[in-house]
Amino acid sequence: MSSAQPELRIRRASKLERSLKRIWSLPSLLWGCILLAILIAVALLAPIISPYHPSEQNMAAILQPPSSEHWLGTDQLGRDLFARLIYAARTDLKIMALAEIVPFCVGVFLGMVAGYYGKWADALITLATDTFIAFPFYLIVIIVAFVSGAGEKGIYITFMLVGWIVYARVVRGLSASLRKQEWIAAARTLGLPNIKIILRHLLPNVLPQAVVVLMTDMAVLLVAIVTLGYLGIGIAPPTPDWGTMISEGQPFISTKWWLSAAPGFAVVYAGIALSLIGDGLADLWRRK
Amino acid sequence: MKDRNPVVELDGLTLATRSRQPLVSGVSFRVEAGASLGLVGESGSGKSLTLRSIIGLLPSGVQRVGGQIRRSGSCAMIFQDPIRALDPLCPVVGQLAEVVYYRQRVSRKAARSIALELLEMLGLPDSLRTKDRYPHQLSGGQCQRIVIAMALACKPDLLLCDEPTTALDVTVQRQILDLIARLQKELGYAVVFVTHNLAVASSMCSELCVMKEGRIVEQGDTLQLLRDPQHSYTRMLMNSVLPLPELERRADP
Repeated sequence: MSSAQPELRIRRASKLERSLKRIWSLPSLLWGCILLAILIAVALLAPIISPYHPSEQNMAAILQPPSSEHWLGTDQLGRDLFARLIYAARTDLKIMALAEIVPFCVGVFLGMVAGYYGKWADALITLATDTFIAFPFYLIVIIVAFVSGAGEKGIYITFMLVGWIVYARVVRGLSASLRKQEWIAAARTLGLPNIKIILRHLLPNVLPQAVVVLMTDMAVLLVAIVTLGYLGIGIAPPTPDWGTMISEGQPFISTKWWLSAAPGFAVVYAGIALSLIGDGLADLWRRK
Repeated sequence: MKDRNPVVELDGLTLATRSRQPLVSGVSFRVEAGASLGLVGESGSGKSLTLRSIIGLLPSGVQRVGGQIRRSGSCAMIFQDPIRALDPLCPVVGQLAEVVYYRQRVSRKAARSIALELLEMLGLPDSLRTKDRYPHQLSGGQCQRIVIAMALACKPDLLLCDEPTTALDVTVQRQILDLIARLQKELGYAVVFVTHNLAVASSMCSELCVMKEGRIVEQGDTLQLLRDPQHSYTRMLMNSVLPLPELERRADP
């Protein structure tokens, strides 16, 4: 507006503009998304980024230090460490995302049922969660993973059994407090079926909290997957995985420290990205 | 009037906490079809609990320990704070249509058009038809109209009103009361009206029950009760209604 007359124009920011502004005002969410986007992009583009195949062995060049040819050097079988690192991101992120689906749905649903119905449903579900909580997390994970067999399938089964508890606990508390609100009572007196109230009215109200927990729990789950790999009861060796990489690099830790440090850094990086998103989302919804 | 069937009949209703502390004792009244009854009293006199026990909405920890509630026909309730009586994350028209869908057993599409008809009947703006509106975007009066519409979607024989105007702006109170009274004439439901405001109760109801500390202290025809209050508490309630000072002065000779 270059005209001399001051013009009063009230322009309403568009919806997209407003949401962009809001994300901009939350640096933790912004940075979490950027970090995670980079990680996912690298994982997806792994074949383009790295000229090497992750399980391609070269016995003539084992345990090489980082160079222009091998950016992070090679491991004890002469495999390119950088290629393994980014292919491992594929495996670990994929398993992390898939293993979280069932526990999330089951946990949120059971939490809502417990909180909404109270009484014996609540007692039963609380008993189950409290029993699981009484044991150390990794003890259960290792036992179940051991029983259900190593490999991807074992990881899915393990987290299907233990993963829902976090969600059930958080959502139960939330639902129990929402249940006391007048509008739930109103919906009940108006004759809506309970399942409808739970799915159509309770669910949207508890979902933001559950998603925040999802983000934090994904980081926990990633570390658990890596731990299982490190202990040798996770992903089986030829498939690249950060956990197995750390344990394979361990014998050479005093001279070739980067063999274990690189995958360790990758885990920390992914964990930070997910936690930042979780914190950011919590802030976003709290402000609203 | 006496030969008509009662829509609701309370017989010696007694409510108490789990630790047997009495909250409401021996409350009896009957409401005939199309009639209106007011429960008046100060806060904590048990009038809301009495009302909620009719529709089975007692808060946890309160239970019925004696007496009977006989109810015939359907029943719906209007709440004190309309904004809190609506799901904050669901468009209001959607909520209304949902009630129509489940109570009138029509198709989803028909439910929506019935919902829109109800909106018109209650004098809600047309903008609700085209745009999804959430409870926080509406005024208290508009929300209360939605809540009334949801109650009417149940085709009630008995409408329970729990201080429906207390949380509203003074200017809207009258409109809401007129609306409830007008629709009562049109649709013929009976009303049980809980309020602490004697003026509101007497304009809405043909019969009044004055409650104090969980008991009915006086009960009877509104006009008779106001002309000739027997109980000191009723007189006290009547004296607590403030007259408009200007008019008062002019009335003096």
